[in-house]
Amino acid sequence: MQLSINGKTHTVDVPGDMPLLWVLRDVLGLTGTKFGCGIAACGACTVHIDGKPTRSCGTPVSALAGKHVTTIEAIGETASGKKVQDAWIALDVPQCGYCQSGQVMSASALLARTAQPTDSDIDSAMSGNICRCGTYVRIRAAIKRAAAPVVVADNGAQP
Amino acid sequence: MRPAGGDGVSRRDFVRVMAAAGGGLLLGCGVDDPRRDRLSTAKTVPDVSPPAFAPNAYVRVGTDDVVTVILPQAEMGQGIYTALPMLVAEELEVGLDRVRVELARGDDKLYANPLFGFQMTGASTSTRAFHKPMRQAGATARAMLIAAAAQSWGVDPVSCRAEQGTVIHTGTGRRVTYGQVAERAAKLPLPDKVALKDPKDFKLVGTPAKRLDTPSKVNGTALYGIDVRIPGMKIATVAASPVQGGKVAGLDEAKAMSIKGVRQVVNLGDVVAVVADHMWAAKQGLAALAIRWDDGPNGQLSTAQVVKVLEDASQNPGVVARKDGEALLAAHRPVQTIEAVYHAPFLAHAAMEPLSCTVHVREDSCEVWAGSQVQGRARATAAEVTGLPLEKVVFHNYLLGGGFGRRLEHDYVTQAVRIAKHVAGPVKVVWTREQDVQHDFYRPSYVDRIAAGLDANGSLTSWNHRIVGPSILARWIPPAFKNGLDGDAVDGSAQLLYDIPSIHVEYVRQETPAVRIGWWRGVGVTHNAFVIETFIDHIATESRQDPVAFRRRLLGKAPRALAVLDLAATKAGWGTPLPASHGRGVALLYSGWDTYLAQVAEVEVTASREIRVRRIVCAVDCGSIINPDTVAAQIESGVVFGMGAALWGEITVANGRVEQSNFHDYRVMRMNETPPIEVHLVRNLEAPGGIGEPGTAATAPAVANAVFAATGRRIRQLPLEKALASGE
Repeated sequence: MQLSINGKTHTVDVPGDMPLLWVLRDVLGLTGTKFGCGIAACGACTVHIDGKPTRSCGTPVSALAGKHVTTIEAIGETASGKKVQDAWIALDVPQCGYCQSGQVMSASALLARTAQPTDSDIDSAMSGNICRCGTYVRIRAAIKRAAAPVVVADNGAQP
Repeated sequence: MRPAGGDGVSRRDFVRVMAAAGGGLLLGCGVDDPRRDRLSTAKTVPDVSPPAFAPNAYVRVGTDDVVTVILPQAEMGQGIYTALPMLVAEELEVGLDRVRVELARGDDKLYANPLFGFQMTGASTSTRAFHKPMRQAGATARAMLIAAAAQSWGVDPVSCRAEQGTVIHTGTGRRVTYGQVAERAAKLPLPDKVALKDPKDFKLVGTPAKRLDTPSKVNGTALYGIDVRIPGMKIATVAASPVQGGKVAGLDEAKAMSIKGVRQVVNLGDVVAVVADHMWAAKQGLAALAIRWDDGPNGQLSTAQVVKVLEDASQNPGVVARKDGEALLAAHRPVQTIEAVYHAPFLAHAAMEPLSCTVHVREDSCEVWAGSQVQGRARATAAEVTGLPLEKVVFHNYLLGGGFGRRLEHDYVTQAVRIAKHVAGPVKVVWTREQDVQHDFYRPSYVDRIAAGLDANGSLTSWNHRIVGPSILARWIPPAFKNGLDGDAVDGSAQLLYDIPSIHVEYVRQETPAVRIGWWRGVGVTHNAFVIETFIDHIATESRQDPVAFRRRLLGKAPRALAVLDLAATKAGWGTPLPASHGRGVALLYSGWDTYLAQVAEVEVTASREIRVRRIVCAVDCGSIINPDTVAAQIESGVVFGMGAALWGEITVANGRVEQSNFHDYRVMRMNETPPIEVHLVRNLEAPGGIGEPGTAATAPAVANAVFAATGRRIRQLPLEKALASGE
């Protein structure tokens, strides 16, 4: 079976019903995508499939023919992913950090389709991602920061 | 071992360190065991910095000017990965950008938490315990680097100073980098005494420095225990008996083995593991086993039985934790008594990273890779299970995907080593979320009885608090459980700050059957703060007094508590009008963490009796602050953790089994349910207090008091929404 992940084609010999999560982590060694619940209830395993945020723990690889998967390892190469990562760093969002791969993936997808999300947009896009460290206040602030148009200050420096 | 002073590393040890460094792996300074560095087949960290100078277990300076801080504590989100290196960097006079961090391996001798005497990250102690040792470690390195530079120039060290990773000869302006004199410094004797900087000269400590671990946590490169990959490694998942004390009665091994990728079934009686090429095959194999369990004697246990055991015990007198002012009762005779009974449920940790441990048992050695809050105990259990001497076991610690006290237990390490003994080559044991929720060490269930006496003027004259519950301490640190008293179970109650003429606090130890209990973020204070602060609120409202004003009058002898109470009340707009069905509640917290916290919660209670928290305001005085942004983050974090538990958190038992299993039935806070949280810090140079847990402990009472303000319903049984719905 062939999988397109982060722009590369991988050939894997796995059962078709195997969730993408375990192919990423245990077969391909892409451990940035996290296992949290196994029932698509926590968002830790979020990846993008053709740009859409998707829980990889509930996605059998047989459903991925002809589709492109992007994981946390490559999301920084997208415009929205880079903005999100930068904002996360600027506000020191992560604590334990375990859920943050999924948070970054959900937030990147949100910003890619909604340039200026409202609080309600943020709630809809992010409430499937649990953070037990409770970084939600900073995640909200960081999404707004990432969404803010870049303002060039008088001295040419970005504020 | 203390990093500096008279018991420092000997010259002989030092030479050994240098030799080990040449071997390419150096974690700490190999004081006690020269053999262990040869044990490791996998390097914990890449050799990014050529090590030259390692004056103590915590600091290494490379010839490339890189300063490596060896972190004795586990990083589980609390920011210690940055805070302790900040202390070293401050004293060593280097910027944080020159600092790399390594996680210390399991070693109770080398990396003991000074407050406990063994390696341990918990009880909000990391900053308190390591504040001075880390400063001393940095200051010792600084003094020796200055001495080395002075020696090379033939000048008096007093005429030199350290600045931004260089030593400067003040008179001539000559300068060398630390890396240039590191090898010379390594040959110098350890100084007997080093001067620490005056805190008023701090340049880094006290500033909101950026966390060192953030970049790796936003791009997927941060490594947690569950991410360990060892060549040839198999992956296993487990099912433990759903009832404590139960045993396997039967299973279909052939069916499991027929699944592609399944390699082995390990049946240990109380737990079964399926070993496979990947987690998917292991999970399917486990399901195919269709294990039948013999429940044993605990198969009928229910939550109601647990509660009854505690309620029955609450009729007995307890061991006195605090008794003062009895003589004053004659002069302050109560004319009115107010009484109440409180119930706290079992709570699960549900850290985001499910438990996991990788083990390679060889004939003559054992290597373990996992995330642990007790690295030394994790190493020791591997030695015990394998029968190997301790020095033949290496424990590699990783970032923790949440701890919250769960990883203060090492049951998952013990279990993984037991399994690995039957597996050829390395095996990573990964728990499912269901195992994680159902085989936790839960926050204990408690019952509290409390009574207060008021005199004719409505003033509090007596306070009697009886705490009934099991003792975690008696199992976890037996010597700390003295004369029947568990200091954790009464924490916060024994230190009650309210100025009441007679205070009596007692503890009834009552173990609860067949449910494992352990440390949970906020520990004993969490349940005590709920009892104390909702009860004091009750007394205030019963006597028609404002809850803030009532507390203020009782804080005449506690100025720091009064200050945070006033700050929180002001910032929250205490007393200003709110819409219908909204209410504000306040809670004050003080305990053995030595941190003062006041919290005001604002809630709305809907027509369907849902509690929506609208705003949280905290004022915190935790004394000296290393990183104010981390302090704020920890309070925000603690509040969210405490809020989910207060509103919905409850583990229940039926037929000996935990009824919850995953996030769909063990509800935790989500983004859309989290209100704005404001944290206001009081800055001073008092001794540092703990900050990882106070936010959690203060939240349930603040929210419960707000629910009272909104509805007139005084809730004494957690979780709040269930109690509100049931009308109890």
